[in-house]
Amino acid sequence: MPTVPAFDEMHGAPGSAAVRDVYAAIRDWLAESPHDVMTARRRQAELFFRRIGITFAVYGDPDAAERLIPFDIVPRLLGHAEWAALEAGLIQRVAALNAFLADIYGPREILRAGIVPEELVLRNPGFNLAMIGKRPVGDVWVHIAGIDLVRTDADDFYVLEDNARTPSGVSYMLENREVMLKLVPELFARLRIRPVETYPDLLLDTLHSVAPAGAGAKPTAVLLTPGQHNSAFYEHSFLADKLGIELVEGSDLFVRDARVFMRTTEGPQRVDVIYRRLDDAFLDPLVFRPDSMLGVPGLMSAYDAGNVSLANAVGTGVADDKAIYSYMPDIIRFYTGSEPILKNVPTWRCREPDALAYVLDHLPELVVKEVDGSGGYGMLVGPHAAKPTIDAFAAKLRAHPEKFIAQPTLALSTCPTLCDAGIAARHVDLRPFVLTGTNGSRIVPGGLTRVALEAGSLVVNSSQGGGTKDTWVVDE
Amino acid sequence: MLSRSAGNLYWVGRYIERADFLSRLIEATLRLAALPSSYGGMTNAWESALEAAWMSDGFVQAGGVADEAGVAAFLTVDPANPSSIRRCLEAARANARAVRTALTLEGWEAINGAWLDVQRYGTGLDDREALVRLLDTVKASMLAFDGAAHRTMLRGDAYWFIALGSAVERADNTARLLDVKYHLLLPRGEKVGGSLDYFQWTTILRTVSALTAYRWVYRDSVKPWLVADLLILNRQIPRSLASCYEEILRRLDQLSTASARRGPAHRLAAAGHAALDAAKIDAIYSRGLHEFLRGFIADNNRLGAAIAEQYLF
Repeated sequence: MPTVPAFDEMHGAPGSAAVRDVYAAIRDWLAESPHDVMTARRRQAELFFRRIGITFAVYGDPDAAERLIPFDIVPRLLGHAEWAALEAGLIQRVAALNAFLADIYGPREILRAGIVPEELVLRNPGFNLAMIGKRPVGDVWVHIAGIDLVRTDADDFYVLEDNARTPSGVSYMLENREVMLKLVPELFARLRIRPVETYPDLLLDTLHSVAPAGAGAKPTAVLLTPGQHNSAFYEHSFLADKLGIELVEGSDLFVRDARVFMRTTEGPQRVDVIYRRLDDAFLDPLVFRPDSMLGVPGLMSAYDAGNVSLANAVGTGVADDKAIYSYMPDIIRFYTGSEPILKNVPTWRCREPDALAYVLDHLPELVVKEVDGSGGYGMLVGPHAAKPTIDAFAAKLRAHPEKFIAQPTLALSTCPTLCDAGIAARHVDLRPFVLTGTNGSRIVPGGLTRVALEAGSLVVNSSQGGGTKDTWVVDE
Repeated sequence: MLSRSAGNLYWVGRYIERADFLSRLIEATLRLAALPSSYGGMTNAWESALEAAWMSDGFVQAGGVADEAGVAAFLTVDPANPSSIRRCLEAARANARAVRTALTLEGWEAINGAWLDVQRYGTGLDDREALVRLLDTVKASMLAFDGAAHRTMLRGDAYWFIALGSAVERADNTARLLDVKYHLLLPRGEKVGGSLDYFQWTTILRTVSALTAYRWVYRDSVKPWLVADLLILNRQIPRSLASCYEEILRRLDQLSTASARRGPAHRLAAAGHAALDAAKIDAIYSRGLHEFLRGFIADNNRLGAAIAEQYLF
C-alpha cells in the first residue's frame, strides 16, 4: 500500500529524525533492545494472552472463531498536557451527546431551532420510538462512551466516530497494561505512567449512581451479555469479574410486576442496574424484535416504570449515527455554548445532492462509510481501492446515497511498531472511554490504541486485521 | 449464584471427571491388552474397555474395528463420538468459558490448556506413543485443575458445585466400571478364576488408581469380592461409591447451609449415603451385585436430575 506522509508519535513531523521529549525513554529502550529480544517479548505476550483466553471472534470466518488480536509491545505515549486537552474535549463532547439525546426524546429544541434536520433524527434507524418522553435517571443516556480519535499533527486530534451504544475494547486497555507491566517493568520504573486500573471501580460507581430511587444503598448491578458466541464475550466476562457483578444472559433474568429479577440458586433476586452489552433491538422481544432469544420479555415495562436502569440507555444509537456525526460541532455549540475543543472530520453527507456529486467525482481520494455501520465493515478507502471496487461502490452510492457519508482520507499519525523486519511506523488511532453517571464524567488516563499492522494501511479495526498497543499517559 | 452458572460449574466438574476416568480406563486397557496371548481368554480387552465406558453401541454404529487403534482413537480424539475425551474437554471448556468469572485464572488455564493440548493431536492418533503422551497430558491437566481449584478457589458456591459434579460423575463411573466386570467379581464358589481374571481385577484397581491402596487395606492377594468391597464401601478410597456419597452429601450440606434451604436432592443424597453406610458386602452379594449396581446407577441419575431441578439449572 502507498504510504501517506503522516505525523509520527515518536518523531513528530513527517520525515523528522528528532525524538519528541515524551518518547525519550522509548527511544533509549528501543535502542538497547535488539530485534530478537523484542520478538521474544512479543512471543511472551502472545503466550500470556492465549493462556488467559482473550479471544475475539471474527464474524463470517468460522476457522477463526477464537483468534487473538495481535498485540504490539511498543507503547503509544501521550504527555500530560496533551491528555489534559483531550480530556476536556471528550467531556465536552459527551455532555453534548447526553444533552442532545435528552432533547430529541424530549422537547426537541434543536430540531425546532433548525440545527439538525428533523427527518434525519426522527427517521433515523437508531431513533427509538419507545423512548419518546422518557427520562433515564439523572438524564444520563450515554453512561459509557468510546470516542474514536485520530491525530494528524502535534496539536490536532479529530473525532472519527462517537460510539454511544455498547462500545467495546476496554478489556484490551486493561489487559494490555497488565502484560506491559510484566514485560517491561524497567520502563514503568523509568517513567511516571498514570494507572488505568481504576476503570472497573469507576464503572461500578457510575452504574450504582444511576440506580433507580427505590434500589436502596447497595444496588444490584448485572452485566447482560448476548452470550458466549458474541465476538466480545471475553470482554463481558472479564468486566463482570473485575466489577464483581453477575454476568447474565437474557434467560437468567425475568420480569414480574414490572420488576427485574435474576434466577439464582437461592431463588429470585432483584436487579437494579443492567450494564447491557446487547443492542436495543434484542433487549425485549415484546417491544422490539419478537424473534430475539437474547433479551428479556417485559424488560421495557420495568424500564418504563423506572424500576431498573439500563446503561447505556435505550435509543442512544441515533447519536452515534455517522450522518448525525457531521452535525456534532453545531450540536456542541448549541448545548454547551462554547466552541468544540476536539475537531470533527469534514464530512460530505451523500443524502445531499451537491455532496453526492462531489463524492462521486472524488471517490479515489475519499473514505466512504455507511451511516449506521461499524467495525470497518462496508467502507471504502479510496486511495487503497482498485478501480473495479470503486466502480462497484459508486453504484451502491447512487442507489442509496442516504446510507453513506464521505470524508477526506486523513493522514492518521503513525507510531513505532514491532514488525518482522524491525521497528517501523504504523498508523494508529485512539479510543478513550468516557464514563458518565449522576456524579459527572470521568475518564481513566489512556484508552485503547489500535494499530494497522500492514504497512501504509489506514484501517485499524480488529475485525480487519488491526492490532492494539498499550497507551501511556505520562506525567513529566 | 446464578442458576445457569451453577449448572455450568456442575458440568465442568462432571466433564473433567469423565475425561480423567476415560484416560485411566484406556491406560489400564493398554496394559491388559499387552498380556501374552497365552493368558488370553474369550474377551477382547478393547471391547471390554468400550463396555466399561458404556460406548459399545456408539462404536458399533460408527462402524469401528475393536482393536487398539480403533478404540483408542474413538475414546480419545474422535470428534464424532460425543463422549470422547476431546468432546468432554470441549464441553468442560464451553461450560468453564460461560462462567469464566467464577473460576480462578489457574483453574481456567488448566481447562483451556488441556483443550488446546488435545486440539494439537488432531482427529487421529499416529501411534501408541502419541496415545500414551495424550493420556499423560490429560491426566496431568486434570490434576492441575483439581490442584488449582483446591489451592486458589474461594470456598463458596462455585467450588462446591464443581466438587458436587465431580462426585456425582465419579460415583457413576465407578459403578459402571464395576457393573461391566461384575461377573469377574462374583464370590468364591462361582465359576470364575484363572490368571486372566486376576489381571482383569488388577486392571479395575489400576483404573481407579487403587491397586496399592488395596494391598494396604487388605494386606491380601487380589480377591474379587474384596475388590468390590473396596470400591463400593471403603471410605478411604476416593473413588469408592461410599466416598463419593460422603462427598456429595458434604457439598450439598455446604450449599444448603449457605442458602438455608434443603431440597429433594439433599434427601436423595442422604438416603444414598445412609444406605451405603449400612451396607455389608455379603448382603450386596446375596441380593446380586449386578442388581445392586444397576439400582445404584439409576438412583445416582435421579440424584443428578434432582440437583438440576433444585438449583434450577
